[in-house]
Amino acid sequence: MSSVPFSIGPAAQAAPVRPPAAQEAEAVGRPAPRPAAPPVPVKAEVRELEFHYGDFQGLKGLSMPVHERRVTALIGPSGCGKSTFLRCFNRMHDLYPGNRYRGEIRLLPDGTNLLASAVDPIEVRMRISMVFQKPNPFPKSIYENVAYGLRVRGEGNRRAIDDKVEQALRSAALWDEVKDRLQDLAFNLSGGQQQRLCIARALATDPEIMLFDEPTSALDPIATASIEELIADLKDKLTILIVTHNMQQAARVSDYTAYMYLGELVEFDTTERIFMQPKRKETEDYITGRFG
Amino acid sequence: MANAHGAGAIATGGAALAAPTRFAHRRSRHIKERVIEALLFLSAFSAVATTVAIVAVLLYESAAFFEHVSIVEFLTGTEWTPLFENAKYGILPLVAGTLVTAGVGLAVAVPLGLVTAIYLSEFAPHRVRETVKPFLELLEGVPTVVYGYFALLFVTPLLQRLLPGLPGFNMLSAGIVIGVMIIPYVSSVSEDAMRAVPMSLREGSYAMGATRFQTAVRVVLPAAVSGVVAAFILGISRAVGETMVVAIAAGQQPNFTLDPTESAATITAYIVQVALGDLPHASIGYQSIFAAGLVLVAMTLAFNIIGHYLRRRFREVY
Ligand SMILES: Nc1ncnc2c1ncn2[C@@H]1O[C@H](COP(=O)(O)OP(=O)(O)OP(=O)(O)O)[C@@H](O)[C@H]1O
Ligand SMILES: [Mg+2]
Repeated sequence: MSSVPFSIGPAAQAAPVRPPAAQEAEAVGRPAPRPAAPPVPVKAEVRELEFHYGDFQGLKGLSMPVHERRVTALIGPSGCGKSTFLRCFNRMHDLYPGNRYRGEIRLLPDGTNLLASAVDPIEVRMRISMVFQKPNPFPKSIYENVAYGLRVRGEGNRRAIDDKVEQALRSAALWDEVKDRLQDLAFNLSGGQQQRLCIARALATDPEIMLFDEPTSALDPIATASIEELIADLKDKLTILIVTHNMQQAARVSDYTAYMYLGELVEFDTTERIFMQPKRKETEDYITGRFG
Repeated sequence: MANAHGAGAIATGGAALAAPTRFAHRRSRHIKERVIEALLFLSAFSAVATTVAIVAVLLYESAAFFEHVSIVEFLTGTEWTPLFENAKYGILPLVAGTLVTAGVGLAVAVPLGLVTAIYLSEFAPHRVRETVKPFLELLEGVPTVVYGYFALLFVTPLLQRLLPGLPGFNMLSAGIVIGVMIIPYVSSVSEDAMRAVPMSLREGSYAMGATRFQTAVRVVLPAAVSGVVAAFILGISRAVGETMVVAIAAGQQPNFTLDPTESAATITAYIVQVALGDLPHASIGYQSIFAAGLVLVAMTLAFNIIGHYLRRRFREVY
């Protein structure tokens, strides 16, 4: 069948479709602890990141690693700067006047600082793609939505685009549902399907990092579960950063978690440690629901 | 507990006592709402009534005209010579003149209006937009008679240098100036439609690595297509109905041709010519303007129906 690793769901939550033997070690409902031995390579290194919306300082000196082929969750109360942080990675803030970055996000292995003014934000967005809170398909067919990134890159080979579109739709677990109506308008899909379409669109250009900003907050529990399963599958191929308001979701899908508060990074660690034995009292209060 | 009980008792008692007043109150509010509803209906109805009245007058007056001229001859005749001894009333030359001038106008206004809208909505910095828009509105406010003389005295001589042999009255010049005249309509309605496209769609496109231009043309424009079509229809209606420019610059001789470099009369130009002229009111020649007016209304209506259909086909979906 397809090469999509449906059956190798890496996070513990994908339990029903996995061979049980391989999963015994993992506690049900808790993120899988990674073997400590070989250190996980770093995909991006955030150093002293500051961000200003005009006069308002949205981020205050953040430093943390983003591990390669892992899911890193950003959590924290509303308005703490999670989206602001996420949108630094693809230079989304460049679209609006008055926004300023300081510090750096080094993309490894080449070591480019994504925030350097000499770096073209379009180049950055070609390597780092994004999925938004509300599904935002374009007013085009399903096929053209997925092909969009290739088209704006000037890809003209029909066969190549066909292949990529199919591959991306398969990876987004949408192929079987839409393969007979690729020319339909994307708006005719359900909300959950639209969000998976947006994921397919973001995948079609083979990004190195994928950013998710509360990708399931507009979806019902079943659609949410399928997106979470998808995220767990995707990390075999790429690095994922996800903003979520849902503690269970962070626990289910992520390997690392960053807790933010008022524009600062309070604590960053493996998801297991953040949820089981946080070092900071504030983190614990937030996680146990005593705050926020 | 006792408190709550007491409050309940008072409430029930109060309700029982107050029942008649509460009822009256309701009725008075009901009446007020009926009055408001009636007023709203009347004002909405006045627009419909005016339209119906206009069409009724046109029909009534043209009925007299069609007693003398058969409808078939009127709709298929290629000669319009109401002032000749042996008058012929074939509307096609006037329809052709109308379509050619409007067509030239649209060929100018659609691309320029669209480019203006894309620029203002997607590219122009705030300051530029705030400077350009008042100028466009000013362009809208210029009296059409000024445009007419602009066409006759400025555009035509200019065109004559490029196209030697171009007659002093021609549809090309009138059409171009009509086009310039309706650019503001096309651009402002299109721009509104494009600006109404949610930011989330643009962000989706930028996040895929698209440039500003790609985002504007491949995402924003398709998302705004229904409003843009509405803008075109508005432009067509304006162009078809335009009178002064064509009366002044296109010549007033009916001419059955589709060549824009010739001179010709349009339906509207003919109507003003006769209405302001000295044909006796009861004559067939005078009545012919109502039949011509009817054709004009029918054409505008047809364009609006097409526009409505197109808008439904590509209705906004975001
Ligand atoms: N365009 C903007 N201009 C000025 N301030 C902004 C802007 N966008 C966000 N902010 C402010 O920056 C802070 C962080 O906002 P951000 O959207 O990153 O929060 P968040 O953690 O994503 O919140 P939520 O969970 O509600 O999405 C907030 O105080 C917000 O008011
Ligand atoms: Mg947010």
